[in-house]
Amino acid sequence: MATVYVPRDSSAVSLGAERVAEAIRREAAQRGVELKLVRNGSRGLYWAEPMVEVSTVAGRVAYGPVQPQDVPGLFDAGFLEGKSHALSLGATEEILYLKNQERLTNARVGITDPVSLEDYLSHDGYRGLKNALAMQPADIVKEVTDSGLRGRGGAAFPTGIKWNTVLNAPSDQKYIVCNADEGDSGTFSDRMIMEGDPFVLIEGMTIAGLAVGATQGYIYLRVEYPNALTILNEAIAAAYRAGYLGQSLCGSGKSFDLEVRVGAGAYVCGEETALLESLEGKRGLVRFKPPLPAIVGLFGKPTIVNNVISLASVPIILDKGGTHYRDFGMGRSRGTLPIQLAGNIKRPGLIEKAFGVTLREILYDYGGGSASGRPIRAVQVGGPLGAFLPESQFDTPLDYEAFAALWAVLGHGGIVAFDDTVDMARMARYAMEFCAAESCGKCTPCRIGSTRGVEVMDRIIANREHDKNLLLLRDLCDTMLGGSLCALGGMTPYPVLSALNHFPEDFGAAKPEAA
Amino acid sequence: MTDSTTDSQQNVVRDITSRMANQPGALLPILHGIQDELGYVPPDAVPTIADALNLSRADVHGVISFYHYFRTTPPGKHTVYLCRAESCQSMGGVALEAHVKQRLGIDYHETTSDGVVSLEPMYCLGNCACSPALMVDKEVLGRVTAEGFDTLLKTLKEGA
Repeated sequence: MATVYVPRDSSAVSLGAERVAEAIRREAAQRGVELKLVRNGSRGLYWAEPMVEVSTVAGRVAYGPVQPQDVPGLFDAGFLEGKSHALSLGATEEILYLKNQERLTNARVGITDPVSLEDYLSHDGYRGLKNALAMQPADIVKEVTDSGLRGRGGAAFPTGIKWNTVLNAPSDQKYIVCNADEGDSGTFSDRMIMEGDPFVLIEGMTIAGLAVGATQGYIYLRVEYPNALTILNEAIAAAYRAGYLGQSLCGSGKSFDLEVRVGAGAYVCGEETALLESLEGKRGLVRFKPPLPAIVGLFGKPTIVNNVISLASVPIILDKGGTHYRDFGMGRSRGTLPIQLAGNIKRPGLIEKAFGVTLREILYDYGGGSASGRPIRAVQVGGPLGAFLPESQFDTPLDYEAFAALWAVLGHGGIVAFDDTVDMARMARYAMEFCAAESCGKCTPCRIGSTRGVEVMDRIIANREHDKNLLLLRDLCDTMLGGSLCALGGMTPYPVLSALNHFPEDFGAAKPEAA
Repeated sequence: MTDSTTDSQQNVVRDITSRMANQPGALLPILHGIQDELGYVPPDAVPTIADALNLSRADVHGVISFYHYFRTTPPGKHTVYLCRAESCQSMGGVALEAHVKQRLGIDYHETTSDGVVSLEPMYCLGNCACSPALMVDKEVLGRVTAEGFDTLLKTLKEGA
C-alpha cells in the first residue's frame, strides 16, 4: 500500500493542502486504490507547497505545487509509484534547495507525522532525553554550554550560561518557559517546529527541566497560531500517555509537567519579562532587570526562558554531543540557524544552514531573486526591529558578530526581501507605527517616542521643514535607543535609521557623502 | 446581543471562571475561555472574574484592554484578520488592504452593517513565505489576491 504525504503545516494549508488531501482521499476511493495518507509537517519549500510526497522503493518523491484539480492527473500518471508528471520535483532529498541545507534542529520536520510518537522514536527521537536521564544536572548544562548554543530568539545570549544561573539558584520550585510568541514578522521557524515536530520541543524542555531541577514547563504560544496549538496539544497528550511527561519520566522517578498557554496578540509579550507578566495573568508590561528571570522569574521563582528553536536544538546536542553541534558555524556563532526567507522572493522557505552562509547566497542561490523579477533593493533581517540592508551589504555572512559590525541584527533569522518599488521612508514610518501600536507603555521613550516618530515621518514624507525634521528624527531615535526599557523601543531605530542611512534618496535627503 | 441573552452569558462566564480560577495565572485562560465561547468578553463579565480571582475590576479591565485580541463587543459572524507586516507589504499587502476595506466598506475594528464580517489588523501570521496573508476565523490563507478576497467574501456572505 502506497504512503502519501500531504502537509498539515499552516502555510501549506493556506495554499490549499487540506483540499488536496481531501481530493487524494476521494480519488483513491473512487479508483478503489488503498493508500495511507500521512499529514506531515512542511519541508519548508514553500514555493512548492502544497507539496505532495509518495514513498517509493527508491525513497520519497515529491510533486508540487499541487492543487485539487491536479489530483486525477497525478493518479493517471502513476504518482503512487513515483512516476513522472508535469509537477514532478524528483526525489525529495535530491532537491537542491533541501539537499544543500544542514538540518540539525529541523532534521525531522516534514519527514514524520508530527503527532506520531512512534515516528519520532524511529527517527532518533528521545535519544537526548535518554542520555540526560543518566547524567548529573551540571553535566547536562555543561554539554549545552560546550555546544556554543546561543539564544535563537534574537538576543543570542549563551544558553548554557543562562541554564547554569538557574541551576545554581536555590529554590523549591523552578520553571522552564518556552517563548513561542513568535511575533517577529518574516519569521516562521518556531511555528514550523511546533507544527512539524512538536516532540523535539517537548523533549528539549524536558531536558532543560532535568538540567536545572524544574518540574513545570509552560509554552507561551501566540494566539495567531491556532494550528500549532492543536498539534502541540495532541503531541503533549501523546507524550503523557507514553510516560515521556508526568510524574516519572521513562520510569526514572523524575517528573516534568508541561502545558501550553495562549497569548492574546501583544507583540511585546515576546520580550521575556513581559511574557512572564502575561503568564502570571497580568498586562504584558516589561519588568526592570535585574533581577534576571533566571533568579526571579515566573511567580518569583528561578526560570529559564528560551525560544522554541533554542530548546528544540537541545535534544540533538544531548544526543550527539555539544562538540558535534559546535563543529557547525563560524566565529562565535556555533551550530545552525533556521533561516526564514520571505517577502518578495521567488523561492521563499525555510533554509537551515550553518552560520556563515552569505545573504547573497540565500537570496539568489536559494531564493532565486525577487518574485516580481525586479531587482532586490533592500532586505530586512531579524524582524520588525531589524535593520534594512542594501545590496552593497549582501555579501555579509550570517553571523551574529558580522551583523553587529554593520549595526544590524540576525535576530530570529527572518529575511524579508523588497524589490525596487519599495519606499523606504514608508517602511521607516511603518516601523514607528508598529512600535506605537505594540508599546507596553511602561517607558516614555518607547510609548511617546514612537508616536512622535510617526508624526515626524509624516512631516518628512510631506516634505515640511525637511532638514529640521530629519535632525529631529535622528535625535528621537537616539533617545529611544538609549532610554528604552526593552528592545521594542530600543531597537525600533534600527529599521528607521538604517532606512535613512542606506536609502536617503527616499527621504528626500542628500546622499550621505554630500551631507 | 439582546438583553435576554445576558443571563445565559453570565452563566457561561461563571462556569468558565469557576472551572479555571484555581490554576496559576488564571486570568488569560479565563478570558480566552469566555471569548472562545461568546465571541467577546462582555463588560459585565468583569465583576464576576474580579470576584473569583480576588482582583479589582480595574485590574481585570486593564488586562482585557491591554491585549489586542480580546474584544468587548460582539464580533461579526466571521472575523477577517489581515496581516499588515513587512513581508505582506512587499507582496502587495497595502493594495490588498485598501481593496479589502473598500469591499467591506469598513475600517479596522469595525463590523459590516449586515453583521457578517469584522475586520482586524494582525502583525504577522507566520505565513510570510506565502504573502500576502490573512486569516478568516481560524483558517489562514496565503498569496491572497483581490479576486481571491472577493471569492472569499462571496462565500462568507452566502453562508451567512
